[in-house]
Amino acid sequence: MTARQAMRDVEPVLLPPNGIDASLRRMAALVRRYIYLLRSSGVRLVELIYWPFLQMLTWGFLQKYLAGTQNPYAQGAGVLIGSVLLWDILFRSKIGFSTTFIEEMWSRNLGNLLTSPLRPYELVAALSLWSIIRLGVSMVPVAVAAFFIFGFNLLDLGLALAAFFCVLVLTSWSLGLISAGVILRYGLGAEELAWSLAFLLLPLCCVYYPVSVLPDWLQPVALALPPTHVFEGMRSILLHNTFDPMDLWWALGLNAIYLAVGYATFSWFLGSARVNGTLLQLGE
Amino acid sequence: MSHNSDKAGAQRKAMDETTGSFRKELGASPDAASPPVAVRDLTKRYGSVTAVDHISFTIEAGTTVALLGGNGAGKTTTIAMLLGLIMPSAGEVRVFGADMSRNRYDVAQRLNFQSPYVDLPARLTVEQNLTVYAGLYGIANAAERIACVSEHLQIDTLLDRPTGKLSAGQKTRVGLAKALLNAPELLLLDEPTASLDPDTADWIRHKLKDYARSRNATLLLASHNMAEVERLADRVILLQAGRIIEDETPKALIASYGGETLEDVFLDVVRGRCKPEEAEPEQARRAS
Repeated sequence: MTARQAMRDVEPVLLPPNGIDASLRRMAALVRRYIYLLRSSGVRLVELIYWPFLQMLTWGFLQKYLAGTQNPYAQGAGVLIGSVLLWDILFRSKIGFSTTFIEEMWSRNLGNLLTSPLRPYELVAALSLWSIIRLGVSMVPVAVAAFFIFGFNLLDLGLALAAFFCVLVLTSWSLGLISAGVILRYGLGAEELAWSLAFLLLPLCCVYYPVSVLPDWLQPVALALPPTHVFEGMRSILLHNTFDPMDLWWALGLNAIYLAVGYATFSWFLGSARVNGTLLQLGE
Repeated sequence: MSHNSDKAGAQRKAMDETTGSFRKELGASPDAASPPVAVRDLTKRYGSVTAVDHISFTIEAGTTVALLGGNGAGKTTTIAMLLGLIMPSAGEVRVFGADMSRNRYDVAQRLNFQSPYVDLPARLTVEQNLTVYAGLYGIANAAERIACVSEHLQIDTLLDRPTGKLSAGQKTRVGLAKALLNAPELLLLDEPTASLDPDTADWIRHKLKDYARSRNATLLLASHNMAEVERLADRVILLQAGRIIEDETPKALIASYGGETLEDVFLDVVRGRCKPEEAEPEQARRAS
């Protein structure tokens, strides 16, 4: 038998399709696909860092200017840069989740994925994992630049930073799940939602100003959003060196609810797309 | 030679053991007495439009069945329901005994599909795409299997090229490579040679036939390419307006319509002409 003939005889050795190992393997396969995609385009890689870097520069210079005024709030060490960086964690993580999902639709690959042994929750877990990896690629260089250019060290937030990060990323996944579900059901016509949903939170979760600025009737709405507690907490640490951990527990509890709602919404829209037969018609 | 045979034997044994163990995991081995495909009273409605209308059929292991019909006859919808991509409005789809509406994942590793309605990501190279799908289908020996399938489908020289830069024929072969990676027992094909030149289309048909014969695999293909159906199918299910109007071997179908080719039959059906035996009483009735 020649080597060429031997090659023809290679049978696939199929691993068991059920269990945690199988799930992890499929998630790893998807994350690998996303890494391939990012590696295939230098422009994408640069773009990941470009926008957060511009944001940081703009707000950093504004902070520097305000620091020369008599306003004690503006003089707070890096409050604005801190706000921008934390907001970008939420925004970039949400965009990472949503655009990676939309990418499957642009490339008309969703039909292949959804007929493979990949479960919907594995797809969601892979998207979530990938959004964190993307976030690292995009935010770590920007945070380092903020330190060298403006002397702002994000790590000054201490252990609270890790908690802030968790709250913001969990919120971003909830938003990502809702937009992915809507896009599944209504197609790429609803793509704009993926970009704009996070901005709906911008005025409500008090990124750049304290909750007390909002009218009384709007404050409970703001406090029902997990990121509000992060931004309030950050200001409290940077301006007064104090922090109430209860705030974080409250935020994490809210996140659990939002995440459950996000996954239920995604599952419902996926089921609805199966009923309406739109899964095969997705694509550019 | 013995070394290669041993290696192939060991691989087969490993596969049998692995496959056996996970079939035990599934419990009551749904495939033991179940045909690869069993469809009962399957219906799909979109509002007031009925795309598939109470169809029932069974496909035995090792056969190649073609769903034939004009545009909008319900072929793609039927295949999509078999894959679990579309939920039926009524009726039941069972694949290897598993209800596809509820237990699709019990059998997902044993089937695969190719369709012109889906693509592989254009920016990834062919090899990257196949590697990702080998991971999704749980193929332990991914590199060797990809090399084998690629060589078989003559895409081994394309492995480093971005999938989006391939010609239509090359893309079809890559899509087929993805569909054959897990050596599916049931292969669903929607218009497998659509938009291909006759030479490439013929080559693909030849490969599909080889695959089905060598593995006793079951093929279900949706097509309105008569030559393709005549060449590949053991049995033809003719659909019109979502209903099964014929379910025969190609030869029997041609004979019953008194035509020479399946294309004659198809034209008779879509233009509303009856079979000769049905036409005679009709003519007598009109004459009287």
